[in-house]
Amino acid sequence: MSTKKVFAAQDASKPRLTTSAMIASIAGEGQRTKAAPFGHALVALANERPEIVGLTADLGKYTDLHIFGQAHPDRYYQMGMAEQLLMSAAAGMAREGCVPFATTYAVFAARRTYDFICMAIAEEDLPVKIVCALPGLTTGYGPSHQATDDLAIFRAMPNLTIVDPCDALDIEQAVPAIADHPGPVYMRLLRGNVPLVLDEYNYRFQLGKAALLRDGADVLFVSTGFMTMRALEAADALRKDRIEAGVLHVPTIKPLDEEAILKAAAKPGRLVVVMENHSVIGGLGEAVARLLMLSGVHPAFRHVGLPDAFLDAGALPTLHDRYGISTPAVTERVKEWLGK
Amino acid sequence: MTSASLGHNRQLAEKAHDIRKTALQMGKVQGQGYIAQALDVADILAVSYFHAMNHRPEDPEWEGRDRFYLSIGHYAIALYAVLIEAGVIPREELETYGGDDSRLPMSGMATYTPGMEITGGSLGQGLPIAIGACLGLKRKKSSSFVYNLLSDGELGEGSTWEAALSAAHWKLDNLIAIVDVNNQQADGPPANVLSCEPLLDKWKAFGWFSQRVNGNDLDALVKAFDAARAHTGPEPRVIICDTLMGKGVPFLETRDKNHFIRVDADEWDTAIAVLDAEFAS
Repeated sequence: MSTKKVFAAQDASKPRLTTSAMIASIAGEGQRTKAAPFGHALVALANERPEIVGLTADLGKYTDLHIFGQAHPDRYYQMGMAEQLLMSAAAGMAREGCVPFATTYAVFAARRTYDFICMAIAEEDLPVKIVCALPGLTTGYGPSHQATDDLAIFRAMPNLTIVDPCDALDIEQAVPAIADHPGPVYMRLLRGNVPLVLDEYNYRFQLGKAALLRDGADVLFVSTGFMTMRALEAADALRKDRIEAGVLHVPTIKPLDEEAILKAAAKPGRLVVVMENHSVIGGLGEAVARLLMLSGVHPAFRHVGLPDAFLDAGALPTLHDRYGISTPAVTERVKEWLGK
Repeated sequence: MTSASLGHNRQLAEKAHDIRKTALQMGKVQGQGYIAQALDVADILAVSYFHAMNHRPEDPEWEGRDRFYLSIGHYAIALYAVLIEAGVIPREELETYGGDDSRLPMSGMATYTPGMEITGGSLGQGLPIAIGACLGLKRKKSSSFVYNLLSDGELGEGSTWEAALSAAHWKLDNLIAIVDVNNQQADGPPANVLSCEPLLDKWKAFGWFSQRVNGNDLDALVKAFDAARAHTGPEPRVIICDTLMGKGVPFLETRDKNHFIRVDADEWDTAIAVLDAEFAS
């Protein structure tokens, strides 16, 4: 039995892009960025709080935890390529009074260590902060590294708070907020040179709170993670077609800020478009749809997310276009949905 | 052996007997249970709680205690028995074992029971959690030990071996793993399920201070626990204990397929009577 893929013919008019490094920056050309916001924020927090420790499974450099390791070598625990151990050991340290930040890739945390997070951490509500790089489609490396399913997997875990930050500002502000939270947290991580966007919106990260970044009469984007950046860009682009779009940023996926979402979605006459860097199964879109159905709020509803498929390997810009999560792809689809 | 240590072990033998009897009484309440494991591990628990460990029954969360991590959650019946004998849990509570709203559920859970340090049941989690606890204790400059009771079947879980590597890497001299080798997992003896021998060589190769003893010989257990605690090297310590399922009740020792043995309603009192008679002889 052959399981080989059948490839589409190349379009000769387009350059063939190459897969970039494992972690391609999602920053657009010329976009403002900040280097390693997670690592620097954790160093600053740890300067104030001696109980903060950092653990990683041979991915310190790839999760920006190495910055913490350099600043606080006595609090940095290299656990080796052993993710089940990583999560359980973080639980053990939390039992003894530490507030551990454990980092790896989102695929490994969600797919490989679920039972360990469930029984060693979440069931007892221990304050372990799981911070994972390569959420959704942020690498062209293929399905082994593309965590298109992490939100679906983790949303079913009781006691677990889930955060999907948009940019460097969100990450910086989320770090002390999740450390203050008494229970376990899963946070999706953007690392390296991370776009800086939200500083222009009079915004502050608050755990469990959504934030209306801009308002508009025709469309409401309800977005999370870096798709909020794409939603803001799409809103700008749509203005050229006299389409006014609002953007409600939902950095905390669980628990959901139901009040803010219902308030924004109930405003009449708007197309509600949920946007997420995740499979259309089990993420923010289904969470919002359920909320709206149960609450009797029934706006026209569309969903931008990744298909229920193992995604291709390749260059990120190609893949974001292919799967409809690039800004031009989103803009075109919204115009289509509005019949413009 | 000195007469003093003989007397000491006589006390431990009584404790082990009491643990077995209390476990059988709980088994009778529920009508079933992992009673063969409770009987095989009773000597290990007696030595742990009444010889080796520092703990305060009146304050099971005392910061200076040695931690006892039961990753094999189905052995809870045995741990409840030792916690009752130690005075952590009131004796009358054994009547609630396995019942609705009991603090003594069938599988051990940290959130339910005083003295139950971790939630077991999903095997292969105890030793990796212990790694973090040992690291955390070292951060606090604590002199407490973490004991982790594992079973031979549990060694099939790969996470245990991640932890075995890690313990030696971090030189966790405050970790004492105890492996109950009763040669009977759910589907049969490990040799027919997933072979784990030679165990002593494996643990030594992983960098542990390793001992193998008869886990139903109190003298041997006391010596092994003393050696594990007194060892001055930086290695984590493991005590591999060969035990006999159903130990102390001959008709249960020989019962086939005794991972989860069937004990008929009228047999519980017989088992307790036989246990008492065997102990007295």
